[in-house]
Amino acid sequence: MAEYYYSKIHPKKFALWLGLGSIIMMFAGLTSAYIVRQAAGDWVFYKIPEVFTYSTIVIVLSSLMMILSIRAAKQGNKSLHRLGLLGTILFGFVFTLLQFRGWDQLTEIGVRLTGNPSGSFLYLISGIHLAHLLGGILVLLIVFIKSLIKKDPVKEILETSNPDRFLGLELASTYWHFVGVLWIYLFCFFYYNTI
Amino acid sequence: MASTDINVGTHTHDDHHHDHHDDHHEELNFFTKYVFSQDHKIIARQFLVTGVLWAVIGVAFSVLFRLQLGWPDESFPILETLLGGWAEGGKLDPEFYYALVTMHGTIMVFFVLTAGLSGTFSNLLIPLQIGARDMASPFMNMLSYWFFFIAGVIMLISLFIQTGPASGGWTAYPPLSALPTASSGSGLGMTLWLASMSMFVVSSLLGGLNYVATILNMRTKGMTMMRLPLTIWAFFFTAVLGVLSFPVLLSACILLIFDRHMGTSFYLSDIWIQGELLTNSAGEIIEGGSPILYQHLFWFLGHPEVYIVILPAMGIVSHVMATNAKKPVFGYHAMVYSIMAITVLGFLVWAHHMFLSGMNPFAGSVFTLFTLLIAVPSAVKVFNWITTLWKGNINFTPAMMFSIGFVSLFISGGLTGIVLGNPALDIGYHDTYYVIAHFHIVMAMAAGFGMFAGIYHWFPKLFNGRMMNANMAYLHFWVTFIGSYCIFWPMHYLGEAGVPRRYFSFSEFDFANGFADLNIFISVAAIVVFFAQFLFIINFFYSIFAGKKMEKLNPWGSNSLEWTTPIVPGHGNWVGKIPEVFRWPYDFSKDGHEITPQTTSEKDLEDIPAVKRIPTR
Repeated sequence: MAEYYYSKIHPKKFALWLGLGSIIMMFAGLTSAYIVRQAAGDWVFYKIPEVFTYSTIVIVLSSLMMILSIRAAKQGNKSLHRLGLLGTILFGFVFTLLQFRGWDQLTEIGVRLTGNPSGSFLYLISGIHLAHLLGGILVLLIVFIKSLIKKDPVKEILETSNPDRFLGLELASTYWHFVGVLWIYLFCFFYYNTI
Repeated sequence: MASTDINVGTHTHDDHHHDHHDDHHEELNFFTKYVFSQDHKIIARQFLVTGVLWAVIGVAFSVLFRLQLGWPDESFPILETLLGGWAEGGKLDPEFYYALVTMHGTIMVFFVLTAGLSGTFSNLLIPLQIGARDMASPFMNMLSYWFFFIAGVIMLISLFIQTGPASGGWTAYPPLSALPTASSGSGLGMTLWLASMSMFVVSSLLGGLNYVATILNMRTKGMTMMRLPLTIWAFFFTAVLGVLSFPVLLSACILLIFDRHMGTSFYLSDIWIQGELLTNSAGEIIEGGSPILYQHLFWFLGHPEVYIVILPAMGIVSHVMATNAKKPVFGYHAMVYSIMAITVLGFLVWAHHMFLSGMNPFAGSVFTLFTLLIAVPSAVKVFNWITTLWKGNINFTPAMMFSIGFVSLFISGGLTGIVLGNPALDIGYHDTYYVIAHFHIVMAMAAGFGMFAGIYHWFPKLFNGRMMNANMAYLHFWVTFIGSYCIFWPMHYLGEAGVPRRYFSFSEFDFANGFADLNIFISVAAIVVFFAQFLFIINFFYSIFAGKKMEKLNPWGSNSLEWTTPIVPGHGNWVGKIPEVFRWPYDFSKDGHEITPQTTSEKDLEDIPAVKRIPTR
């Protein structure tokens, strides 16, 4: 990848930030639809299940693992880098399981997908968020598998002079932190808009 | 055209660049070169050819329903031959009429004027005019085309299924779109429509992210933002609009899919069918939804969408006009800031499509205010186009003709927008032919003219230095230009009389019967214009393979960077280093030189004496 005269940031990183902007627009659309619909009345209030609090904690832990991993990679500590990645992915899976558990609990208290829109919105928005998170897990898995492949030592030395050698990792990490922050926003949103 | 081309060694810069792909000698077979290509120029051709094919289908549909509207009592046996069961006895089936109207809108707005216009020219011109070897992510760029292709295939399949394509209007308002049983097109046709549009959103996002990232980060040395051609500014804001508004359409589509298939009721409430309340598969009454929610979400995309369609055309016209008038664009900064203003205001006016859906009058007046405000930057642009032409040394090339035609149409159609933007007047005009006349002239025709201008102007760059036949182009222009006015101007009168849009036939209404002759006139004009487009189609496909080769590198005397590339640029665009830029692209008729390319430095200017003084007028 060539260097560009006016570029202060790698074009691909910039494109990712823009992409995050459009994901924000999607969720802004959904949550504002929620607000508008709620204001129209005929709205069933309920308490958001506790599991979602735990899943929020898990996603924060997972982001911390990601920070650990990327730091280790930049210090050249490969095993810690891999361990951090693995931790990030595992916490990601735990988050997924907790979200499913949260939906189960919602059903148990009588809030169903097909009932009042107040429940439908929670299922749908958290579901679309989970889809984005699963995409992140897929990317992390690819980065993890790449980190396991042994490289030719000569190539590895050459690689150290490449300023973009952490690009893939950094892109994955930015996306992963974003999905985490997005969930924290959604959690707060639901927390204050339910009972 | 006696131009004094300044042939100075183009300055290059290697101090900041370490280009790895100066010389592309990778082995490419047919598939990697022309099908799954990552070269932005090939992707531009793919968008263009696909767009042209869709345009033929979309416009042909309008001719079919114009036959019905012009001659509601006649039967056309040829229709039965063409459409089979959809036109039994040579008369269009009313259900199929709605399907045709819906598909005409969807195809023209999304596939032709979004993908075909912005997709083609953003891809072609962004790297070439800013001085980049390719897009920020050529791979994403390729995906962008192939998602568009998949969207197209799904839509094409929906045309051939037994229940017919979606028929609830291109806006897909619920409940027609949310209840699979509402009409024959609401079933599988609507499902395919939603699938296709979701693919299309992905395509637009991948493309838009790339365009913005490329423009901001990959300009060559000296190419500051204020030296960008106006085309690039237009594509930039088009991409910004798309990136921020298409995700909201996706949200709306997802909610709609859940309403259709999962039994939720985001958009549905208390639907009575034959005296019974509608229930979902679990037997519960569907209630609590709001169809107006869909309208808000849809028009939050839908309104920016019209700017996504018109901004690239504006950019193309500005550039083509300055180049062929051999005059600097009048008020370059004002042009840039007005595009910016249109972009910002474009996000704040969506509810003017919904004045009659029921809304707080205060909200209505806010939306009216912003809507009328858009007239200001639009008027700035029109003023600047006309002053760019003023006392210009005009070459009436086909592209220039279409650019001037664009300005004419934009004024005629834009003025009625001010009328429709007032809720009090909109009460009368809403859902009449007045609206059809307005948006077809200002958006559809004008953007179409912008697209034609772009194709005629950059054809040599798109297709290996071949030119299109100018005489056929002039004939194409005059028939299309006069024909467009003949089709849409009379529709204002229909609308003022209150003739509603979307009706299959008016013969039951006395007040509308007086317009029977006018409707025949419109239909005849539409058919003439439709067949005139074959002048373009034949010219286009013939010229791709056998057009006249251009005689010099810079056939229109343009200053911008794309004409400094070889006649057939390889992947990487420039052989050797990327040229450096020293000035803006509109230094026309300056210091005795008809053109001064962007690559000319001040030193070059001193070295070369003014060969020919431009006579002062």
